[in-house]
Amino acid sequence: MSEIVFWLLAILSVGAALAVVILRDVFRAALSLVFLFLTIAVLYITLYADFLAVVQILIYVGAISILIIVAVMLTRDVWHGSPPGKLRIPALVVSVLLLGTMVFTIVTTKWQTSTEPPMQPTTVAIGNSLFSQGGYILPVEISAVLLLAAILGAIVLIREK
Amino acid sequence: MTVGLAHYLVLSAVLFCIGLYGVLSRRNAVVILMCLEIMLNAVNIALVAFSRYVVPTFLTGQIFAIFVIVVAAAEAAVGIAIIMTIYRWRESVDVDKFDLMKW
Repeated sequence: MSEIVFWLLAILSVGAALAVVILRDVFRAALSLVFLFLTIAVLYITLYADFLAVVQILIYVGAISILIIVAVMLTRDVWHGSPPGKLRIPALVVSVLLLGTMVFTIVTTKWQTSTEPPMQPTTVAIGNSLFSQGGYILPVEISAVLLLAAILGAIVLIREK
Repeated sequence: MTVGLAHYLVLSAVLFCIGLYGVLSRRNAVVILMCLEIMLNAVNIALVAFSRYVVPTFLTGQIFAIFVIVVAAAEAAVGIAIIMTIYRWRESVDVDKFDLMKW
């Protein structure tokens, strides 16, 4: 059962990613990106990462895709579409070479996997390790500062002079 | 053949390379930003797969993925603000015409 789900999700996500890269119509590419985010959220569920699946839907499908669609609508180049650049062939060669190297490395490495059953509801454990003493509280604070800096930077950049 | 760690890692590598091809070959800056998001999502899949198959009782990979999502959100906001600013100046989002930093 889980095999069927994985292969289905793999085919759908690779197809959606190819559509983002290949389609000339920027708006359709953005919609295909939203579909890709949804398939990745389901992929997280198959990996027993329930909290991360919800975070993926909230942040990527909810926020980032809206931001990208607004950007597509505000930049009027929608009508020109997304023409391929001059470096198409070198880009293809570089990506295929990198893909070959990575797949070869992944397949030939003997991964030391654990057979323990995965943690079932992950939300409590993630909350504990994010906010507890000796956990990841310092990175959480730093990411809050990073988000504030990003908001201020975006406002300063976009403000009318 | 049961689905294991290697399957998820290969899927992640395929998505990463599709995103890389998009970043290198497209000319529309918004599409380049979308392909960057594909690459970050591919990395997240790899992190969650490692977390599931290598250390199932610790959630280190998932927590790392959460931080990647935070940084990706910040990057998307600032990136789109930069694209909007350049669009206001140049009336274009074609990266071949972005030569503001060329002296």
